[in-house]
Amino acid sequence: MSLTDHHPSPIARQRAAYRKRQTVRSVLVAAASTGVLGTLLVLAVTGSPGWVRVRESFLDPRIARAALPEILTGLWLNVRLLFFCALGALALGLVVALLRTLRGPVFFPVRALAAGYTYTFRGLPLIIVIYVLTLGVPGLRLRGMPSVLVLGGTALVLTYAGYLAEVFRAGIESIHPSQLAAARSLGLTYRQTMRHVVLPQAVRRVAPPLLNDVVALQKDVGLVSLAGPIDAVRAAQIATAETFNFTPYIVAGVLFVLLAVPLIAVTDWVTLRAARRQAAR
Amino acid sequence: MTPPVLRCRGLRKVFGGHVVLDDLDLDVTEHEVVALIGASGSGKSTLLRCVNLLEEIDDGTIELDGEHITDPRTDPDLVRRRIGIVFQAYNLFPHLRVLDNVTLAPVRVHRRDRAEAEAQARELLARVGLAEKAADYPDRLSGGQQQRVAIVRALVNSPRLLLLDEVTSALDPELVGEVLAMIRDLKADGMTMVLATHEMGFAREVADRVCFLDGGRVIEEGPPEQVLGEPTQPRTRQFLRRIIEAGRLQVG
Repeated sequence: MSLTDHHPSPIARQRAAYRKRQTVRSVLVAAASTGVLGTLLVLAVTGSPGWVRVRESFLDPRIARAALPEILTGLWLNVRLLFFCALGALALGLVVALLRTLRGPVFFPVRALAAGYTYTFRGLPLIIVIYVLTLGVPGLRLRGMPSVLVLGGTALVLTYAGYLAEVFRAGIESIHPSQLAAARSLGLTYRQTMRHVVLPQAVRRVAPPLLNDVVALQKDVGLVSLAGPIDAVRAAQIATAETFNFTPYIVAGVLFVLLAVPLIAVTDWVTLRAARRQAAR
Repeated sequence: MTPPVLRCRGLRKVFGGHVVLDDLDLDVTEHEVVALIGASGSGKSTLLRCVNLLEEIDDGTIELDGEHITDPRTDPDLVRRRIGIVFQAYNLFPHLRVLDNVTLAPVRVHRRDRAEAEAQARELLARVGLAEKAADYPDRLSGGQQQRVAIVRALVNSPRLLLLDEVTSALDPELVGEVLAMIRDLKADGMTMVLATHEMGFAREVADRVCFLDGGRVIEEGPPEQVLGEPTQPRTRQFLRRIIEAGRLQVG
């Protein structure tokens, strides 16, 4: 019997009708409760004694418009820094994770070095790394010293690679040993096994936590402004100092959220697509 | 005289104070099918894993075509290219399509042309009735289909010796037959095989020789009619009685 010429029995039709009524009811209940809660929140905030003052100093559209170009210029720096630092940190993190998973006594120093790296840079506050690289390293007066921006970016890469390495390592170690046995039994070398069997599965598995760290990095790239370059938050700070109004911070905050949305959406989509392709029937 | 395909002498393997293989000897000649039987924990799987160098032995020697493969100077990757193994849980690569599972080793290990490797893989898949599954991911296949893909994946390297580690133990009873049929065909093609199995009826039918393992040793071996029909060792008799009681072997 094909799928199309099946006629549901009365009892199945009753069940379907009941489920439909329940669905409509849940949507109505959700809409009503959201409306009530939203109204209450708006009333509580706008009805508060200090609301007028807060609105003036945090939500002034005139000041927002005036500060926007400067903040956008700063945000462009964030975006560029994020792009290069994320690539750098992902690459370095992956290398460190791979070094940590090497077996055999020959690799002990490499393993120890990689482990020491993740311990150090996960423990060290980012601000200190930035200060050391942007203020300390130029003091060496070496020739061909890169710009403060590059040094600050390096500090970000070094710190975030420490976190990402541990995420990658967790992914690599979560792949069942039977997968390694199967790959090695076919004659694949350790490197080929990693490259073609372990890493593709591991990276897919840890994509959400990796993205989590990239979003966190997006917020931290602005810290290079400690060394001079003006990012979005610093631009907002300057605008605030000029007007004695905090609206520019809100503008910068909204822009950061907007920046994170596509990043999160893309990863969710990639992860979902891979899972569906593999498992769905 | 040509040496046997596989020769094991005095194999010993210890896992955390527990002796799994104890002074085990085993020879397998060309085109021979040897069935390893014995209770769980008798060392069948460990023996196969040691032969494929997935486990390091603690004592003894393993020779493949007269070459000492347990010599620490041999490259295990080169040895494994000449031995195929199929696991109880299939161990297919879930992120690769069926066809890519099969062609991974030919393309990456044997550096063969991808188009040529794919053509051969498709032909092998077609021969076991899986031609239309080539583009599917393993999780979409039944257990029997997955295990047949795993066997194809091991065969595509043209191994000298094929090891089968309880390849039907994870399958639903109605799917066992399709995998056993495939092994039957391999025997007809002259493949040299060592299989660990709980399928006594199948061992009797397909094996040239049955080895009964107990406590990490081969304590009885011979033609299937003799070992399964008229065992001489009390341990073998005891084991077979339990199997018959469980309904896994017809008497006579």
